[in-house]
Amino acid sequence: MSIILDISKIDMVFPTPKGDFTALQGVDLQISKGEFISLIGHSGCGKSTVLNIVAGIHQATSGGVLLNNKEVNSPGPERAVVFQNHSLLPWLTSYQNVELAVKQVFAKTMNKAEMHEWIEHNLNLVHMSHAMHKKPDEISGGMKQRVGIARALAMQPEILLMDEPFGALDALTRAHMQDSLMEIQAELNNTVIMITHDVDEAVLLSDRIVMMTNGPAATIGEILQVDLPRPRNRVELAQDATYNDYRSQVLSFLYEKQRKIETLSQPESKEKSSKTKEKVA
Amino acid sequence: MTTISKKLASNTSGISFKSLSMANDSMKNVLLPLIGVACFLVIWAIAASNIQTSLGQFPGPSHVMEQFGTLYQEHVAERDKATSFYERQEKRNAERVAKDPNYQPKTRAYTGKETFIDQIFTSLTTVLSGFILAAIVAIPLGIAIGLSKSLNTAINPIIQIFKPVSPLAWLPLVTMVVSAVYTTSDPMFAKSFIVSLVTVTLCCLWPMVINTSVGVSSINADWVNVSKVLSLPSWVHIRRIVLPAAVPSIFVGMRMSIGIAWMVLIAAEMLAQNPGLGKFVWDEFQNGSSQSLSRIMAAVIVIGLIGFLLDRSMLSLQRILSWDKDSAKR
Repeated sequence: MSIILDISKIDMVFPTPKGDFTALQGVDLQISKGEFISLIGHSGCGKSTVLNIVAGIHQATSGGVLLNNKEVNSPGPERAVVFQNHSLLPWLTSYQNVELAVKQVFAKTMNKAEMHEWIEHNLNLVHMSHAMHKKPDEISGGMKQRVGIARALAMQPEILLMDEPFGALDALTRAHMQDSLMEIQAELNNTVIMITHDVDEAVLLSDRIVMMTNGPAATIGEILQVDLPRPRNRVELAQDATYNDYRSQVLSFLYEKQRKIETLSQPESKEKSSKTKEKVA
Repeated sequence: MTTISKKLASNTSGISFKSLSMANDSMKNVLLPLIGVACFLVIWAIAASNIQTSLGQFPGPSHVMEQFGTLYQEHVAERDKATSFYERQEKRNAERVAKDPNYQPKTRAYTGKETFIDQIFTSLTTVLSGFILAAIVAIPLGIAIGLSKSLNTAINPIIQIFKPVSPLAWLPLVTMVVSAVYTTSDPMFAKSFIVSLVTVTLCCLWPMVINTSVGVSSINADWVNVSKVLSLPSWVHIRRIVLPAAVPSIFVGMRMSIGIAWMVLIAAEMLAQNPGLGKFVWDEFQNGSSQSLSRIMAAVIVIGLIGFLLDRSMLSLQRILSWDKDSAKR
């Protein structure tokens, strides 16, 4: 399979008042077309920074990202992002949120009727056609995230970047969304990079799991190839020995090799996550 | 059987309790303000009967009510005079044309006294025009300042210095500049109108600029990232992302402005003798008849009511236009 995205020896250094802070060092990863990659690691290890560099929102200090052999240095719709907090525009309906993206990307190639059809098709894909004309305030957290995914898919991206897309959802909704995502993935065969905290999610969805070491100067610790046949069924896999083996490999990386000692004086990250949950509720 | 009847009994009592408490709520919402107003009227009446001024007794509620009737009748009478004036003029002209076909008929406008109701409309027009003019200037400026940190740093000192200046301090300058600059033989607007309008605009400007720029600069970073990922051109970015995101704070600024503007306008009209409710109050004060105080009091009540209505209409506009329904609650 051909390499679509080449993350080539990325370093990321943030200047701080106390001196430079090296967030990432030597992150190197090649991704094939149609591959589903999960980035997993403890909070603060720079997963989001990697994603933001691929998205073009941040610029790597050294090294670079090649998409189809072209260097990436600004954001663009061919690298669509699904943000953690859905980030739908609250003054637009679901339809209009997707429309904004479609109008921007397909302004020259589609006429009005085609755009309309394409928007409805994408909302249909995430099973949101019933709430097309509702505003984000009027739909649940899971539904918002669906619209966020529809918006990203509607850009027909070369690569889909997802920053903890289901992190703020409750467990049942999350499972439902994961199944939907697998369904869509089977149909469209997108290339996906997904950040996650959730070991089960990573094993269930991914072709490869990229495990990152703790920061500062975080980098790729291990890469686990997940060779489970698709379509995958979460209930059947729960009994599957290979599945559980993959699971325990990721767990042992996270909690034995890269065990994070959280001191009581740094409860910041916990506060943050509880805040995002409050927002959703 | 007994359990069922018990259940029924408890059910019905539950319903009646609920409807009772609902009725109680609406009673409260209607009754309490009425009680408040009634108490105020009683205290006012008692206080008024104990205050003697050189213009007679301070007007109580009944005097003021009476005055409202008088003010309206004066308005009707003045209108009748005006129509009869125009009728007479037309008739006269027609007669002269009939006598001498070469005669060019002259029409003159009626120049009677402006009534209380005329003054209300003058003030309202002035405050709304000044407000709209300020919005046209302030919102684009606020967006520009909110988007550009350097522009903000450059302009902020000027805003901070001019913001606390009472627009009344500008009034003499505005008056002089308008009379110097606005010199057409056939003016579309009266000079006094322009002076009041500029004064209103000046005081509306700052709250709107500041609130708009704060709204723009504190825009949710996620929305900006969405715009970046979509690579929206800057004009589309401003129109589709920045402007709607700032609408709630723009409305905060607008509501502040219209409240201040209405207060300042009345004072400016008193000070500059420009037509409007302020001039009405000042004229009545100078007039010093036994009716003056109750007429001023009537004007005070009308000024308050209009200020209240201006604020409410701004709030309704916000409810219609703003996506953030929470910020438009009170």
